[in-house]
Amino acid sequence: MYDFSYHKPASLDEAASLISGRDDVKLLAGGMSLIPALKLRLATYSDLVDLGAIDALKGIRREGNTLVIGAMTPHAEVVASAEVERAIPALAELAGGIGDPLVRNRGTMGGSIANADPAADYPASVLGLAATVVTNRREIAADQFFLGLFETALKPGEIITAVRFPIPEAAAYCKFPQPASRFALAGVFVAKTAGGVRVAVTGAGPSVFRFKEAEAALAKKFDPAALDGIEVRPDGLNSDIHASAEYRASCVVVLARRAVMKAREAGAR
Amino acid sequence: MTRVSLTVNGQRVSAEVEGRTLLVQLLREHLRLTGTHVGCDTSQCGCCTVHLNGKGVKSCTVLAASCEGATVTTIEGLAPEGKLHPMQEAFREHHALQCGFCTPGMIMSAVDMVRRKGNELDEHTVREQLEGNICRCTGYHNIVKAIQAGAVAMKRT
Ligand SMILES: Cc1cc2nc3c(=O)[nH]c(=O)nc-3n(C[C@H](O)[C@H](O)[C@H](O)COP(=O)(O)OP(=O)(O)OC[C@H]3O[C@@H](n4cnc5c(N)ncnc54)[C@H](O)[C@@H]3O)c2cc1C
Ligand code: FES
Ligand code: FES
Repeated sequence: MYDFSYHKPASLDEAASLISGRDDVKLLAGGMSLIPALKLRLATYSDLVDLGAIDALKGIRREGNTLVIGAMTPHAEVVASAEVERAIPALAELAGGIGDPLVRNRGTMGGSIANADPAADYPASVLGLAATVVTNRREIAADQFFLGLFETALKPGEIITAVRFPIPEAAAYCKFPQPASRFALAGVFVAKTAGGVRVAVTGAGPSVFRFKEAEAALAKKFDPAALDGIEVRPDGLNSDIHASAEYRASCVVVLARRAVMKAREAGAR
Repeated sequence: MTRVSLTVNGQRVSAEVEGRTLLVQLLREHLRLTGTHVGCDTSQCGCCTVHLNGKGVKSCTVLAASCEGATVTTIEGLAPEGKLHPMQEAFREHHALQCGFCTPGMIMSAVDMVRRKGNELDEHTVREQLEGNICRCTGYHNIVKAIQAGAVAMKRT
């Protein structure tokens, strides 16, 4: 790892002024993606700005029909939160499947979605639940947030402060973890709301995406059988030593079916 | 260089570190606490697990500079001098190690598991919660048994 200067500002304004206009300065959250990348010298920066001392970025709260999760909330807190369990149990379950317990003690919501790893779990919930990403400058709808491989709508110097999740009628997440890393070989988040059904897919493509054919079919009937005959085209999907594009395409449909089943069971509780 | 002051195994310590210095380097190279091991470059093996402010973390993926004012416990500080912690005792009793390289991380991770999941741990839970620790020797079987026994023993002490 190349050396850098380390800063730990106590306020959001101070953090914003430290990174403003500087593309060699990087934000640090849980460090579970950034530090391994720095260690392998895949990236190098002159300065790191640690968001760990900014209390305004931490915590989970319910605001009417939305669940607000601070950017610096570690995965482990989402797993253990009674508020999350009451409002969106599927989100707690998803967080509980990220990496391993030691990763979950450090890694954060904001870091995960800013990183936009194609195989990360949280992006599926953000897109599936039509969440809103709140930054120090504006609010970004999930549909406009994830742009491509490790690419988001965040502008240089922009800091995620929280994510606002509308509470669904029912939701579930099913993933096929890559056995060594636990990242999603493919993962599907299904959510049923008053406005319709959303199905978001991670791990399969260069970026999280909506499976709109499945959404339309499930809007008519929220039942795994509604997906009979629906297929995902492998064109443009990821292909690597772990799985071919065709295999991932087939996984997506299977996982979508399972997620619908799980959401129905959870809803019937 | 920045000066970082923290509490390690109950002692106040302070060191000059670079921005890039990792917590594991501070522990091993500055403080000579070499019980915390480094088994990989990719944050996957868990050999470097310590408790940071009471929670299990991979010390190879934490910046030393970020630990200003923190409390750290390493394998050396788990039990008083000359004594074994119930989890260490259980690892010995159940022969939960062969080369021992992964053992400090396994034990620190196991104690964190008890904090999160309680003292009654079924085999499935232990295996799932041990996802972040890799052992190249034992096949995990005895590690799982030791953690279950150690968790129960921790309740008695
Ligand atoms: C062994 C291992 C296994 C893992 N398995 C999984 C898995 O199964 N599923 C999964 O989804 N993830 C997995 N991860 C990744 C993990 O969830 C990371 O914690 C997460 O992707 C990044 O979060 P972080 O808080 O650690 O961010 P960091 O690593 O600190 O930062 C990541 C990026 O986000 C930027 N950033 C951070 N916070 C903000 C903010 N508030 N505003 C704007 N930009 C910001 C940083 O500048 C950086 O570019 C794994 C990681 C490891 C090491
Ligand atoms: S040394 Fe492998 S996870 Fe830290
Ligand atoms: S005992 Fe050798 S690596 Fe675990």
